[in-house]
Order: sequence, then structure tokens, then C-alpha cells
Amino acid sequence: MNALNLKLIRDLLAMKSQAVAIGLVVASGVALYVMSANTARSLRESQQAYYDHARFADVFASLKRAPKTLAHQVAAIPGVARVQTRVVEAVTLDVPGLAEPATGRLVSVPERGRPVLNDIHLRRGRDIEPNRPGEVLVNEGFATANGLQPGDTVGAVINGRRQDLRIVGIAMSPECIMVVAPGDMFPDDEHYGVFWMGERELASVFDLEGAFNDLNLTLMPGASVAEVIRRLDRLLAPYGGAGAYGRKEQVSNTYLSDEITGVETMARISPMIFLGVAAFLLNIVLARVITAQRQQIAVLKAFGYDRWEVGFHFMKLALFIAVGGAVTGGAFGLWMGRGMTNLYASFYRFPTGYYPDFTVMLTGFLLSVAAASLGVLNAVQRAVRLPAAEAMRPEPPAAFRATLIERIGLQRWFSSSARMTMRNLERKPWAAALSISGIALAAAILMVGNFGQDSVNYMMEFQFEKSLRADMTVALVEASSGRALQNIRHLPGVMHAEPYRSLSVRLRAGHRSRRVGIMGLEGGGDLYHLLNVKEEQVVLPPEGLLLSDKLAELLDVGAGDRVTVEVLEGARPVRQMPVAGIVTEFAGVTAYMQLSALNRLSREGNSLSGAFLAVDPDQQDALFASLKATPRVAGVSVKEAAIASFRKTMQSSMLQMRLFMIFFSCIIAFGVVYNSARISLAERSRELATLRIIGFTRAEISMILLGEIVVITLLAIPLGLAMGYGLMQLMAQAMNTELYRIPVVISRSSYVFSAGVVMVATLVSSLIVRRKLDHLDLVSVLKAAQ
Amino acid sequence: MSPKPVFQTSGITKIYHMGEVDVPALRGVDVQFFKGEFVVLLGPSGSGKSTLMNILGGLDVPTAGTVHYGDRDMTAFGDAALTDYRRNHVGFVFQFYNLIPSLTARENVALVTDIAENHMAPEEALEMVDLTDRLDHFPSQMSGGEQQRVAIARAIAKRPEVLLCDEPTGALDMQTGIIVLEAIERVNRELNTTTAVITHNAVIASMADRVIYLLDGKISKIVQNETKVAAAHLTW
Ligand SMILES: Nc1ncnc2c1ncn2[C@@H]1O[C@H](COP(=O)(O)OP(=O)(O)O)[C@@H](O)[C@H]1O
Ligand SMILES: [Mg+2]
Repeated sequence: MNALNLKLIRDLLAMKSQAVAIGLVVASGVALYVMSANTARSLRESQQAYYDHARFADVFASLKRAPKTLAHQVAAIPGVARVQTRVVEAVTLDVPGLAEPATGRLVSVPERGRPVLNDIHLRRGRDIEPNRPGEVLVNEGFATANGLQPGDTVGAVINGRRQDLRIVGIAMSPECIMVVAPGDMFPDDEHYGVFWMGERELASVFDLEGAFNDLNLTLMPGASVAEVIRRLDRLLAPYGGAGAYGRKEQVSNTYLSDEITGVETMARISPMIFLGVAAFLLNIVLARVITAQRQQIAVLKAFGYDRWEVGFHFMKLALFIAVGGAVTGGAFGLWMGRGMTNLYASFYRFPTGYYPDFTVMLTGFLLSVAAASLGVLNAVQRAVRLPAAEAMRPEPPAAFRATLIERIGLQRWFSSSARMTMRNLERKPWAAALSISGIALAAAILMVGNFGQDSVNYMMEFQFEKSLRADMTVALVEASSGRALQNIRHLPGVMHAEPYRSLSVRLRAGHRSRRVGIMGLEGGGDLYHLLNVKEEQVVLPPEGLLLSDKLAELLDVGAGDRVTVEVLEGARPVRQMPVAGIVTEFAGVTAYMQLSALNRLSREGNSLSGAFLAVDPDQQDALFASLKATPRVAGVSVKEAAIASFRKTMQSSMLQMRLFMIFFSCIIAFGVVYNSARISLAERSRELATLRIIGFTRAEISMILLGEIVVITLLAIPLGLAMGYGLMQLMAQAMNTELYRIPVVISRSSYVFSAGVVMVATLVSSLIVRRKLDHLDLVSVLKAAQ
Repeated sequence: MSPKPVFQTSGITKIYHMGEVDVPALRGVDVQFFKGEFVVLLGPSGSGKSTLMNILGGLDVPTAGTVHYGDRDMTAFGDAALTDYRRNHVGFVFQFYNLIPSLTARENVALVTDIAENHMAPEEALEMVDLTDRLDHFPSQMSGGEQQRVAIARAIAKRPEVLLCDEPTGALDMQTGIIVLEAIERVNRELNTTTAVITHNAVIASMADRVIYLLDGKISKIVQNETKVAAAHLTW
């Protein structure tokens, strides 16, 4: 090995703990990147493979009732590849062991052969057999949540009659990778299940023989989804079509796709943050190495090493650290990616494989090399440019002057070591500013690591306490008259009930359109409050719509604008309506209206889709029992259960990454703080050794140096907390989807956590530096100037 | 008739710009160095000795005037040519040794032999300065005189045409200084290297073939020594 490379290795060894600290930051960035990129990629590939294999439909539609022959007309729409008609009905379920009623979605499957589209896969048990009434398959999520096995039965109220559903198998389908009840925002596997039943049997109980009320189709390559939907809607309108929609609005697909997008966002953001910090650290470390080696650089040049050889020599120092970090991080990320993919696989019900990709590894590697190179570029340039003759003279003595504090006459309040600390900081304001911003960045990233926890708590409180104030929400099978409300009010334990009507519509504004439900609420109701950003109640206007903020954003409208409302039920009127205001919601997209105005719009008189209930807790069981027996009840959502499923969703989801983020943020914090302490030590050690020689005690010189570190940390923490807030805003932006938005909420404990980790890192680094100070080489100072 | 000079400078000036003021370090220096010659540059601190040597060594360029190295005009050299000149033709010894602290004696010399074309083995160079027993010592494990001898070995390992020493004994006591000067003397004699030694110690001048006196950026006089005193016989 040549002498220059030997020097490189020895230089690296001399700064090994700093090199390791920076290498770990690089490793963290690469690990997070490789993990999330490989996870996202594996999920996307698995999703695509499953969709292809199970023939997942491209367009979905439901309607009241149409003859099966209509399918031929649908198939004739240009661009349509295959069509499948089905019978789909919602029923109330009585699940053994579950006090409250659950809701089932019965989906027809051919008695013989496979479904044309949205094929189902058996996980356990067997397929249903023809001529065996009551046999069903159930989706895996529901079965797991309720502990159901093949052979168990579940009671159902089908078309007014109680009937047993006999579970013969447990299955999955591309339609229900994630199952969310209509009108709900979060999956609740315990209370909502999908059941597949023989088509003939299902059609006969619902009087739909020779007819269908649900339709799926696939498209030919290159066909326009929007165009097919337009034609399909026109075709289905006379049959009570509720508006067709594409995969983009299919809840299960949206959930999974948004989640994958979230992981991809993580894959994009994490290397930026971590490699940015690593570049920053490498910059200050290398700048310091190059300053310390001014004369060595001059010697190399004087002996005929050219400027590029010298530049590359120092570049290699950075590259070595980056490559070491990248390889470690890559391997770790590869391994974590498998775990992460498995975690998702257990949460989402579809076959997933882990498909790590070589190009991901390579990208992670190249990114860290690029970050390291960019980070040290200007430091290396200094080495390249340093004129050989110039460097032969020692650095001129630093120009000191009285500090600001001394100039304004406060010096008598400070000890002489405190004054030295202050002069040092004031003398090198740039170095101090760099250290401060580095540590601030660490504090900021620590806050990001905590992102989500406080937000979720806030969302829960907002959604389930301030907004939804009912204990229970009862959904009816279809829009019913005011009599249904009277019946509900007379059920045991119901203290108060407020009706709502949910109407399927398509909202249009300019070229943008969205299929949503308009929620009609009684003005002045008390069980469901609409709130604005400041949590103030928004009063429903007598006319016009309130839009949730995300919906307004999607349609690009604001208060005062007009939208076209196409009702997709009943007489299907089309109206222009003003947007009266915007309400804040963190999940889903919904529009709101006065119930009376909504009923005028749909021309349905006094109708409701369900009711919000305030319930006497003591009579809850009696209420559940009667609800289970009530034919028109399609589902009951209990606030407690909703909160539980919300928590579960949020926890099992992207926020899992939080743990990793926190872990790696701590690495960053330690990396930055430790490095800046080591640099202060390196810069001061001569001076401090001289002080020791002239009689300062260890404790006194420690005070000078540690004082500096502490002042820097104390200045950095508030700055870092502010930066953290900004970073969180960016994260929230990146994670804003139709399904949910995560508000930027930061509790005091997050600030305390972030500041605390930085302080602990400072303490530990100070102790290490303190130990080094005790071993300061006093003799070397007496030797000739270097 | 005199032989062709190794260096020939004519009218070189060097002006440093220090903010507002211009500091003239050299003000018109005409000087020649001949093959195998041992020259001592003598002058008070600030007289421009180091500046002249840096220019001869290709570390710096004059503000005006020309420097010929053999037939070639060094003032016309680009960066690559200067680098090649330093790499293969000139060796430096500095007052503060300037060894790479993370490399051993042998490795410090190897730093040069790694890139020079016509070099000797590092061990051979260290042998010339009598340091065969210190091959694997780091600079911090050696005395000042030993470090300076490593620096000399490093400078001569490429068999340079010119050896430039800027106050090589400035940081050393007399006895150690003499050992170092002996090493330089030996290199000059055995390798026939043109050698220039900067000093403000007039005693050292008696070692030289020729003594060039600098004062205020100009040559004040040049003295040809009748007899050279061996380094071993110097005292100060
Ligand atoms: N890089 C520089 N910038 C400014 N002035 C310089 C520089 N190098 C040398 N000088 C000035 O030039 C003059 C000659 O310096 P130098 O050649 O180092 O003298 P010597 O080596 O004889 O002591 C001095 O006045 C010195 O201050
Ligand atoms: Mg000098």
C-alpha cells in the first residue's frame, strides 16, 4: 500500500469514533431508504401480481335491480373487456360472543366454477357446494377478529328473516384486502365482514332471480376509465345505478395504495434527512481535518503531489465513511425490509412476497456517496486550492477582542473561564453557528421521529369527542321514513336520537368531479358537530353545502363557489348549489347539508338513512339485543369500538416506522453532538494544555470547554424545536391523502423528549471529552510549533 | 568561462498584497546557481530568503522577472509543469521538519518515492542520513534532529537536482544542528546535488562554496569562499 493511503487509514483510525458516529448516520439513512424502498416495491409488486392473478375489476357499480341481459349491453361499451354481475346485500349479523350487532356484506359467487372477476382464494376450509343452503365463505379479517372457524355459524337477518350462515371456508379477495364498511372511515374487522354465498340462493332470498344489483368490469388496455364510467352510468341510471367508480375510489385499493405511497414517501424523505445530516457532519469534520493538516497538505504539494491527488486523498476519507455506512445500512435495511413487509402482510390480507431489488441497494449506495462528496466538496476545494508556499507558514494567531458582554460591561458577573468560553464563541461565530445548526437539526429530527403519536391522539379527540358526540350510530338498510326514527327512539336505552340521511351524489366543479356521500343533518343537532380548524362549531346553513377541507381541495372550490350536485339515487335530480363553508375533517371526504334541504333536493320527503343515538350505558345490552332483531337495521357502530379500530389502524399503519425513525434520530443526535464536542476538543486542546501548564486545574479547563459545548447546546435546542415544527409540516403535507390527513400536533412531551435526548447526548459526549481532557498531552505543547 | 547555471534568475520581484498595503518581499534579484554547488543564503529575518527559495522551488511565482531552470523558463510553467518539477527535480527541507505525523520515518520517505520517477529505496535514503535504526518510528517518537534527518532523507530520496533547505537548523541546538548539516553536506558531496541552505546563522556560511547575502529583498553581496569548513568543525 502506498504511503498516502497509509496516512489515510491512520487518519481514519485517529478519528475512529467520529467516523463511526457519522458512518452510523449514513447507515441509518441508507437502512431506512433500503427498507422502505424495498418494502414499497414488494408491496406494489405483490399487489399487482395479486390483482392480475385474481382478476381484480377496474370499474365497480351498484344499482337497484337490473335484468342479467343488461350485462350484454355493458359488455358492448367500447373498452370493456369482461363483465361480471352479482347480487350484493347488506345484512345485520348476530355473531356469537359479540354483544352488539355486526354488519355483513353478502356477495354472490357462482355455485360452480370461479368468479369471472374478483376471484376469491381459500385460506382455510373448503369452497361452498351447490344445493347446500346457508353455506358461506367469510373474509379472513372478520373471521380472525371474531375467532370464527370453518364449521361455525353466524346468525343473520336476511330480508326480514333470521337465518344461520354456516361458515365452510375462510377466504380473501382483491376487493377486500382492507375492508371498510360503507360510510365508515376506518376498517373495523370485528363489526363488518364480507360473506360469499351461492348466487342462486342469494338471489332467491332477495327476490333477484335472473337479475343483479352489482356489477364489475375490466377494461381493455388503453381504454379510458372516465369514458367507460360515463357510458355505464347512463346505461345503469334507469336501473337505480348509484354511480360507477374506478379502482381509484375502491376503498380497499385506495387504502393499500395510499399506504404504499406513504412508504414510498418515507423512502424519499429519509435519505434526504439522514444523508443531509451526514453530509453536514462530514463537512465540518473534514473542514477541521484540513485546517489541522494545512502544513501536511503543503508538504504533499511541495513534494510534487498534484492538487487533484491531494483533493482526492481527503475526498477518500469522506467516501470511506460513506461507503462503510452505506454497506452496513444497506445490509441492515435489506433485513429490516423483510420484517417490515411481513408486518404489512399480516395487516393487509393478500399474498405478499419480499422482492428486494439490487437497484435499490445501488441507489442507496450512490446516494450516500453523492451526499458525502457534496458535503465535503468545499472543504476539499480548500485543500486543492491551498497554495503550497502559503501553507508553510503556521496559521496566524487568532484575533481576539473583548466580547459583546464585556463591551457592555457585564464581565464582572462572569468567571474568567466563562469569559474564555464566550470569547471563543464570539471569535469563531461561523464555527459556532455550524455546531448550533447541526445540533438543532438533530433536535428537529428527533421531533419528526415522534411525529404522529400526538396527532393521532388529537384526531381521536377531535373526531370522537368534539365532533361525533353520539354513543352509537345506527344505519338502516335503505332510506326510511320518519316512522323508523320513532321506532328507534322507542328502543330500550335510547335517551336521544337524531336522524341523518346519507345521499350518494357526484359533485362536479369545472372539470373536477368526485363521487361522495352528502350527509344530511338536523340543524341544531347535538350528537354530531361540524367543526372548523379552530374546533369552533360550524352551523349548517339552511341552503347550500358544507364541504370537508380535503373535498374542497380535491374539487378546488371554496366558500362562495358553486358546485353541480348529481344525485345518484331515486329521481336523480341535478342541481347547482353554493358551497356555504368548509369544515375540518381528518379522515375521508364528505359533504354536509341541512337534512330538510337534502330531502328537498332528493325529493324524498321526510327520509333518513340512520340515526345518532345517545344511550343509557346500563341498558346497552338490551338495546343491542333489540337492534339485532330489528330487520331494517343494517349496522350499528359503537363509538368505543370505532375508537379501538381507529387506534389499531393508525398503529399498524405507517406509524410503525416511527419506532425506526426514533431509533435513528437518536443516532443522529448522538452523532452530531458527539462530533461537535470532539471538534471543540481538537480545536482547543493546544490552548487548554497550555493553560494546564501555567497552572489551571483539570476542572477549570474542563469548564472552559464543556461550558462552550453547553452554551452551544442550549442555543441549539430552541432553534431545533422550531425547525422540527417546520419539518413536521412538511411530513404532514407528504402524508396528506384522501383517507386521512395527519394534523401537526406536538405535545409538550415531544418537545421534552427531543430536548432531553439532545441533552443526554451532550452529557455523554461531555463525559467522553472530559475523560480525554484528563489525558491531555502536555509535553506535545512544549515541542516545536507544528 | 563558467559552466551553465542550474538556476538563473533575472530581475525577480515579489510583492505581497496585504489588504491596502503592498509588501515588497523581493525587489529585483539576479542570481545564478551552479551544478553541485553548496550555496548559503544569509540575511536577517524578513529579508526575503524564504520568498526566493519558494520561487526557486516552484511553490510560488514571482510578480515580475524570470527564473530559468536549465533552459526552461519556470515563470511560464503551468500548474502541471510546476507539479512535475517539484515531483522529480527539487527536494525541500523545512525549519519545522513538516513530517506527516501519522507516518513512520520509512513511510514519510515512501510518500515521495511513491510518485518520483528516479528514486532510491526509502531505506537507502535513510541510510544516507544515518537513520537505519529508526525506520519504523513515528515522528512523535523521534528527537528534533532525527526528525530533520528524516526530512532530509525524504527530500533526497528522489535524487533531486536541487536541494532547498529553509533554516534546517533553526529549531535545533548546536550539536544536533551539526549532525543535520553533516547529512546535507554528505548529500551534496555524494549525489552532487545543487544545495541551497537558508540561515541567519553566519557561522554556517563557512560551509558554503558561495554565500549570498540578502537585505531588504535585494542581494547585498555575494562571497566566494576560498576554503570550505566541514560541518563537523563548526561551532556557534
Ligand atoms: N504570504 C505572505 N503574505 C504577506 N507577506 C509576506 C508573505 N510571505 C512573506 N511576506 C513578507 O515578505 C517579506 C519577506 O519574507 P520572507 O521571505 O519570509 O523572509 P525571510 O525568510 O528572509 O525571513 C517579509 O516582510 C514578510 O513579512
Ligand atoms: Mg524565512
